Amino acid sequence: MDTRRTILTGMALGAGMAALPALAQQGEIKIGEINSYSGLPAFTEPYRKGLQLAAEEVNAKGGVLGKKLVVITKDDAGKPADAVTAANELVSRDEVAMIAGAFFSNVGLALADYAKQKKIFYLAGEPLTDAMVWSSGNRYTFRLRPSNYMQAAMLAEEAAKLPAKKWATIAPNYEYGQSAVKVFKELLSKKRPDIEWVGEQWPPQGKIDAGPVVQAIAALKPDAILNVTFGPDLIKLVREGNTRGLFKGRSVVSFLTGEPEYMDPLKDETPEGWLVTGYPWNNVKTPEHEAFLKAYQAKFNDYPRLGSIVGYSLVNAAAAIIQKAGSTDTEKMIEAARGISFDTPFGKATFRAIDQQSTLGAFVGKTGVKDGKGVMVDPVYRDGADYLPSDDEVKKMRPQD
Amino acid sequence: MTPPLLQVEHLSKAYGGVHAVRDVSFSLEAGELLAMIGPNGAGKSTCFNMLNGQIWPDSGSVRIAGRDTAGLTPREVWRLGVGRTFQITATFPSMTVRENVQLALLSHEGRLWRLFGYAAADMRGEAERLCALVGMDRALDRPCAELAYGDLKRLELAVALANAPKLLLMDEPTAGMAPADRVAMMRVAAEIAAEQRIGILFTEHDMDVVFEHASRIIVLDRGRIIAAGSPAAIRDDPAVKATYLGEGLTFSAAEATHA
Amino acid sequence: MDFYFSQFLTGLAGAASLFLVASGLSIIFGVTRIVNFAHGAFYMAGAYIAWSLTERLEGAVGFWGGLVIAAIAVAALGALVEIVLLRRIYHAPELFQLLATFGVTLVFQDLAVMIWGPEDLVGRRAPGLRGAVDVFGQAIPAYDLFLIVLGPTVLGLLWLLFHKTRFGVLVRAATQDRDMVAALGVNQKWLFTAVFALGVFLAALGGALQLPRGGVNHAMDLQIIVEVFVVVVVGGLGSVPGAFVAALLVSELNAFGILVLPQVSLVLVFLVMAVVLVIRPFGLFGRPEGPARASVSATVRPWQPLGTSGRVLAVAAIAAAACLPLVAGNYILAVGSELLIFALFAASLQFIMSTGGLVSFGHAAYFGLGAYGAALVTKAFGLPMLGGIASGVALASIGAVVFGWFCVRLTGVYLAMLTLAFAQIAWSVAFQWTAVTGGDNGILGVWPDGWASRPGAFYWLCLTAAALGIAALRVVVFSPFGFAMRALRDSPLRSEAIGIDRKRTQWTAFVIAGAAAGLAGALFAYLKGSVFPDTLGIPTSVDGLVMVLLGGVETVSGAVIGAILFRALTIFLMSYTDASKLVLGLLIIVLVVAFPRGVVGTLSGLLARLGARPSATPAMAGSGQARGGTP
Repeated sequence: MDTRRTILTGMALGAGMAALPALAQQGEIKIGEINSYSGLPAFTEPYRKGLQLAAEEVNAKGGVLGKKLVVITKDDAGKPADAVTAANELVSRDEVAMIAGAFFSNVGLALADYAKQKKIFYLAGEPLTDAMVWSSGNRYTFRLRPSNYMQAAMLAEEAAKLPAKKWATIAPNYEYGQSAVKVFKELLSKKRPDIEWVGEQWPPQGKIDAGPVVQAIAALKPDAILNVTFGPDLIKLVREGNTRGLFKGRSVVSFLTGEPEYMDPLKDETPEGWLVTGYPWNNVKTPEHEAFLKAYQAKFNDYPRLGSIVGYSLVNAAAAIIQKAGSTDTEKMIEAARGISFDTPFGKATFRAIDQQSTLGAFVGKTGVKDGKGVMVDPVYRDGADYLPSDDEVKKMRPQD
Repeated sequence: MTPPLLQVEHLSKAYGGVHAVRDVSFSLEAGELLAMIGPNGAGKSTCFNMLNGQIWPDSGSVRIAGRDTAGLTPREVWRLGVGRTFQITATFPSMTVRENVQLALLSHEGRLWRLFGYAAADMRGEAERLCALVGMDRALDRPCAELAYGDLKRLELAVALANAPKLLLMDEPTAGMAPADRVAMMRVAAEIAAEQRIGILFTEHDMDVVFEHASRIIVLDRGRIIAAGSPAAIRDDPAVKATYLGEGLTFSAAEATHA
Repeated sequence: MDFYFSQFLTGLAGAASLFLVASGLSIIFGVTRIVNFAHGAFYMAGAYIAWSLTERLEGAVGFWGGLVIAAIAVAALGALVEIVLLRRIYHAPELFQLLATFGVTLVFQDLAVMIWGPEDLVGRRAPGLRGAVDVFGQAIPAYDLFLIVLGPTVLGLLWLLFHKTRFGVLVRAATQDRDMVAALGVNQKWLFTAVFALGVFLAALGGALQLPRGGVNHAMDLQIIVEVFVVVVVGGLGSVPGAFVAALLVSELNAFGILVLPQVSLVLVFLVMAVVLVIRPFGLFGRPEGPARASVSATVRPWQPLGTSGRVLAVAAIAAAACLPLVAGNYILAVGSELLIFALFAASLQFIMSTGGLVSFGHAAYFGLGAYGAALVTKAFGLPMLGGIASGVALASIGAVVFGWFCVRLTGVYLAMLTLAFAQIAWSVAFQWTAVTGGDNGILGVWPDGWASRPGAFYWLCLTAAALGIAALRVVVFSPFGFAMRALRDSPLRSEAIGIDRKRTQWTAFVIAGAAAGLAGALFAYLKGSVFPDTLGIPTSVDGLVMVLLGGVETVSGAVIGAILFRALTIFLMSYTDASKLVLGLLIIVLVVAFPRGVVGTLSGLLARLGARPSATPAMAGSGQARGGTP
C-alpha cells in the first residue's frame, strides 16, 4: 500500500503546484515542468520527488537570485501535442522562466522544437534520443540525461572486451530501439571488425510475443545478444529466455536494465551476468550521493530511482543557470548554461557548449541477484564526457545556429 | 413484333435442397394487371426478388422489354424502368413523406450526385403531385417513422411511380389496410396502369382485390405454377381449389370475410 | 525442421491465451450484440487480482485456486457492470455500447494504478510447470504445453456447455434470435447477465493465466483488446470455433512471420483482418448480421437546414469567435485554435456517421494523414503553409479513397472494425517507417508561415477553415447527395430499389469526410509545429466519437459543440489533475446512459417540446438547429 500513498502525495503535490500561479508573487521564479504523470507513473513519481527535494533544498538556501524557486508540473498524457498545449499554458499564462522535463523522446523533441520556435529556454530531463542535441538540436534546448549514444558507447566499450563474435539483437520496433541498435552496432564494429551480426528481432513496443522471438534468436546460435527492450516486454523476454535456455552460455548486453525502474520488478528472476547501464542506488559511496540518499529517504521513506536523480539534478541545473545568468532572460540563460557546471548526486556535471548535452554519466556493471532482488554487481561510474563523439563529428551532425 | 414487357422463362431457385421456385414461366404486357397468388411459402416473394435483381436465379431468364436482366442488381433493374413495393414496407423513416418521393424522383432524374443545391426544394411540386395521386397529400410533412402501415404502402406506390415505370412489381400492396382502402388503393394502381400503359405484377392475399382488378392470374404452389388464366377460369380450377382447401380457406370464405 | 516444429508449438501456446479472451468476447457479442470494449479491462483485472491472490496463497493449490478465484471474482464484477450499466443500453445503437464500455476501460485503468500501484508486477511461475520440456532437441516451456492443451479443452467444454445443457441451448437460441428466447418464457435479463459473466470469466481467466508468462501492468488492457477484436472479427462475430481458428491463424502467422520479416508483428494482424474481411465480409465463420439495427439511431425527426434565426445565431457566433484575438492572450488563442480544429474533425466524423450511418472507428487515419501530408511536403519541398495544407487534404483524400473502397464492402460492426484496422495500419507505418516519417520521433519544424505565425492570425485561419469546412459539410447534408446518404442509412434495401448506388455513394462520402478530417489534421500539424504517430492512434479516433456523442449523434452538426466542450474539458482536466482518465471514463458512461441524445440533442428536444405544445404539430423542429427554437 506504500505505492498508493506515494501517488496521493504526488497528486497533492501536483494540485498544489498547479494552484500556485493564482497566488503568483513578485518574489518567485517559476519553472514549467511537463511530464507523463498520468501515463507513466512508475517513472514520473520518483522523478517528481526528485524535483520536490531539490526545489526545497534550493529554497532553503535562499532560492535563486533571492527569489523563491517554484516548479509547476503539468501532465502531457504521453502525447507530444498535449505537451505543446501544456507548454503554451506555462509560457503564456504562468510566465515561467523556462520549460523543462519530458520522458518520451517524441515529447522532448516536440518541446525542443516549440522552444526553438517560441525562443524559450528548454531543459530536457529524461529523453534519450540523440536527435535532441544533434540532428534536431537547437540553441534553446539543453539535455541532462546521458543519451542513447553515450549509453551505447559505454556498453560497446565493455562489449568489445567479450570474446563473442556472433551477435544478435532484440529491440522494440520504434525510433529508440532502432537507433540504439544502429549506434551500438557501429561503435562495436569499429572496435571489433571481426564481429558478425547474425540476426535481429523487432518486437512491437509493449506487445512482445516473447516465445517466438526467443526461439527465433536461439535458432541463430549467437555468442552474444544485445537487448534494448524494457518494461513489461523485458519481463516476458527474461522469463521466456530463462525457461528456454536462451541466455545460457551467452553474453547479454542490455540497455537501461540496471536502472531500478526496470530491474526492481524482475526481483529474483533478474538474469545474472548481463552487462547493463543503470543506477545502483545502494552501492554508490560518494559523499554527494550519500547526502542525497539520506535526504531523499528521510523525506519520502522510499529509495530513489534513476528518475529521482534526473529530477533532482534538473532543478539543481536550472537553479545554477538562472543564478549565473543573473536574470531569466532566455538569451542570458543560454549564455550562462553553455559550459556551466552544476551539482548532481553523481558529482559535478557540465553542459557542453558545443551541443548543450550534459556530461552526467551512468553506471555500467553486471546484473546479479541478492536477497531475492536484482542488483548491479561491480558498478563503475562512467563520466558522460568520455563517451561523446569528437567536436568535429558533432559539428557535422548538429545544425549550426 | 415488339417483345412482351416482361417475359419470364423457366425460372428456378433452390435454397439448400428446397426448391423455392421451379421452372416458372409467364409473360406480362403493358397495361395488364397480372396477379400472382398462392399460399404462404409458395415462392411468390422469391419470384419477385428474382424479377428485380434482389436475388439471382439458378436457371431461367427474366427479360424486361426484351432486355435480359441476368446479372443486374436492383439498382440497374430500376434503371430499366421497373418500380417495386415490398411485402414488408421499406421507406426512409427519418425523412418526410414528400422527401421520400423526392428522393426517388431525384434518383430517376440522375441528380443524386449533386453536392450542392437544396434537395428539399428540388422536384417538390412533382413529388406532391405523386403523393396526391396515392392519397398521401394530407401527410406531406410527416416523418415516415410515424406513418400507419397502410400509409406506408401508399407511399411505396408513390415512390415506385416516381421512376415513371414501365413495369410495377407490387408485393402485397394492400396488406394491413382497411378493406375499403384496399379496393381504393388497387383502383388507383389500375387507373395509372391503364392511363400510362404500365404493366403491373402483384401478389395479394385478399381475393376480393385479386378478382376485382386482375386481368389475369397465375397460381403458385410449392414453387410451381399450378394454374394460369382469367379470373373466371382460376375460380373454377380444381387444382387451385384443392390447394386453397388444403390451407383451410375457400374463396367464398375469403369473400365472406371481406364482404 | 525441429526448430520449425517448436516455433509452431510456441505459436499454439500464444493462440490459446488469445482464444480464451476472444471466445469470451465472441460469446458476449453473439447473445447481447454488445461489442465489449471493456473486455481488455476485465482481462487486466483478472491478471491483477490473480497476482494479489497468488502472492498470498501458498503452494500449488493456492496458485491454481488463486487464478480461478480471480476469474470468478472478475466475472462477478462483470455481472455487476452488466446489471448496472449495460442493461440500460441494450437497445441503443452499437456506437453507444462501444463508448460506454470504453468508458469502463478508462475507469479501470486509473483504478488499477490507484490500487496496485504504477509499477509493473511480475507473476509467480506456475508450480510444477516451471521448467522446459525437451521436444526434438528444443526446449519448450512446460507451461506452453499446458496452454496448448488448455485451448482445445476450453473449446470442447464450451461446445459441451452449448450443446448439452439447457443454458447452452438457450444461449444458442438467443444468438440466432433474441426475441424468440423472450417468447419462450425465459428471463432474458438474467440470461444476458449470465452470458456476460461467462464471457468476462473467460477474459479474466485469460488474464490470470498470463502471470507465469510474465507480468501484470496497467497498459495490458489496451495491448490485448485490439488484437482480440481482430481475432473475433476474423473468426466471425459470435462464433466460438471461429475465434479458435482465427487465434490460431494470427498466432502462427506471427510466429513464422517474424522469421521472414522481423518487423512484421505490428501490422500483421491488421493485414490478416483486412484480407479476410475483403474475401469474407462476415469473417471466416460468421453469418451475415440481420438488418436488425442501425449503427446510429435514425432520428424520427427529419432534419431541416437552419432557419433565419438559426443563421443569424450562427453568424453571430462566428463573429463573436472572430473577436477573441482582440481580448485573449496567446494561450487562450492556441486553445481556441485547437478547439476549432477538433470541431472540424468531429463534424467530418459526424458527417460520415450521422448522415451516412457508417460508424468509423478509425477516423484518426484521415486526421493523421492530413497532418503527415502537410508535414512531409513542408519538410521535403519547403512548400509554404497553404501548399502544405493542400497536400495534407490531398493525402487524407487518397487515404480515404483507398480505405473507403474496402470499407464500403462491409456493414455494421465489421465496417467499424475495418476502419479501425486501416487506421492501425496507417499508424504502424508512421510508427515504424523511421526513414520517411521519423517514426516515433515524428516530423519537427512544421510551423506556420510568417503571416500566420502570430497566435491571433493562426486562430483566424483556423476559424475560417473550420467555418467554411463545417458549412460545406452542411450544404452536402442537405444536397441531393446528402439525401442519398441518408437514404442508404435509413434503408439500404429501398435505396437500391430506387436506383441509388450504395457503394459509390458511401465511398464518395468517405472521401468527403476524409478530406475534411485531413484539413483539420493539416491545421493541427501547423498549430503544434510537429507531427507524431499518435495523431493516427486509437485515442484520437475515440476522442472524435466521444465528441459526436457528446454533441448528439442524431443532430446535423451537434459535434461542433461536442468537440468544443470535450476538448476544453480534457485540456482543463489534464492541466489540473493526473486522474483525467477516471473523470473522462465516468463522464462518458454518464453521457451514454443519461444523455444519449447529447447536449445539443437534449437541448433541442426540450425546445422542440416547448415550441410544439401550442401548435400541436408533431416534432417538426430541426434537429438541434435553431429552427427547433422557433415557435
